[in-house]
Amino acid sequence: MSNYPANFRYTKEHEWVLVEGDTGTVGITDHAQSELGDIVYVDLPQVGSTMTQGETFGSVESVKAVSDLYAPVSGDVIAINDALAQSPEKLNSDPHGEAWLVKVKLSHPDEVQPLLSAEDYQSYIEG
Amino acid sequence: MPAASTLQRTPLYARHLALGAKTIDFGGWDMPVQYSSILEEHKAVRERVGLFDVSHMGEIEIDGPEALALVNYVTTNDAAKLKDGQAQYSALLYPHGGFVDDILVHRVDENHYFLCVNASNQDKDFAHILEHSLDSHGRERFQAKAAFVSGNYAQLAVQGPRSLELVQELCDAPLADIRYYHFIDGTAAGLPARIARTGYTGEDGFELYVKPADSPALWDLLLDKGRAYGILPCGLGARNTLRLESAYPLYGHEIDASILPPEAGLNWIVKPAKGEFVGRDQVVEKLEEGVWRKLAGFEMVGRGIARDGYPVLADGSAVGWVTSGGPSPTLGRNIGLCYLPEEIAEEGRSIEIQIRNQPVEARVVKTPFYKREKP
Repeated sequence: MSNYPANFRYTKEHEWVLVEGDTGTVGITDHAQSELGDIVYVDLPQVGSTMTQGETFGSVESVKAVSDLYAPVSGDVIAINDALAQSPEKLNSDPHGEAWLVKVKLSHPDEVQPLLSAEDYQSYIEG
Repeated sequence: MPAASTLQRTPLYARHLALGAKTIDFGGWDMPVQYSSILEEHKAVRERVGLFDVSHMGEIEIDGPEALALVNYVTTNDAAKLKDGQAQYSALLYPHGGFVDDILVHRVDENHYFLCVNASNQDKDFAHILEHSLDSHGRERFQAKAAFVSGNYAQLAVQGPRSLELVQELCDAPLADIRYYHFIDGTAAGLPARIARTGYTGEDGFELYVKPADSPALWDLLLDKGRAYGILPCGLGARNTLRLESAYPLYGHEIDASILPPEAGLNWIVKPAKGEFVGRDQVVEKLEEGVWRKLAGFEMVGRGIARDGYPVLADGSAVGWVTSGGPSPTLGRNIGLCYLPEEIAEEGRSIEIQIRNQPVEARVVKTPFYKREKP
């Protein structure tokens, strides 16, 4: 059984966000990487760009398909995980840790509230 | 997408689920797309051996004293060149010259031909053959009958450099004597099997046609004996990356009803000299006047992966489209096939692939992208 950290919040599009102060760290879930299969390419926004909750902010591609990334929260991108350009396969091995995608400065911290808890997300994907 | 319950399943469906396969709807069939990892499965076939369930493929038999005449009338290649136990790549064309399907024709004997056709086209192919076996008065053109026999066969593909050693363990007949694109009717694990040295991966290998009820036992035995060779069960994901590296066409991508053989680089399977066949006049006309578009290989220069349907640009103008694209696990580059105007389809020519609103540099390269070293 997959382990979904209790301190993350999740979307039905299979992204996660970890909020620490006014910063949100965003990634894709273990379920997402498993469904995609071998990830071979990651397209991330530039530092300084803005992302809006529910809108696409990049894409990940597996051998067989391309999949959009949807922003779980709104804010300014303050860091991207550069290591993924060289080693996209880290998204398969450690999607909840080393393979985070972007860090954002939250513009609407209350947006996190309606996102799924770990327990709800797990029920959602098992449903 | 139809509900899962309406999808067809092969006799090995339970095996796929037990092995943890992810399945997809492939032309109406619920088929394994991967078991472990497409990259690992791809590598197993290039370096060792892989096992594919391709029981979804269709089979059509053509029998009778004029079987050859009927085969030659509905297909493009010259089946008269075949000897007993030999196979050839061929195609069925519409009267306007577009592809109904690409197929393999096997000559069992002079009165008996065995066609292997694409899963999603099998009903259409059979109807096409029946239609053209009659003349304008509804009379049979030839003393030959076509029979739809897909239900009589499961098909397992064993592909990769260790295939010969593995399959030989199950067969008494000396398989090294079967040359590429030849076959025998023999036994595998004591079960009646048509053993063909054919495949869709660019590696050495065999395609085994067996009774559906026999296929689970053969599957299990191949996986069991294959362990010593590092076998992996492989899904349609790896089948696609393998065939793309070899630049083999896939119906619905490189070829379809709107594409004629000269455009797809398939003149070599069209033999107008053999006489009349369905689509011949249109293809000959095309050969004489030349084609305005041509299938070409490309590799990405900029960052990005081309996918089916993405537009191709040259000097800023849209000039064609990607038919298949993706990463090449063997080469470690992103590759694809596309249709381009003939004057642009030149090796080394710089083009751009429109990847999600962003033009990304690519260049035309020769195909196949990968070719195995013959021993």
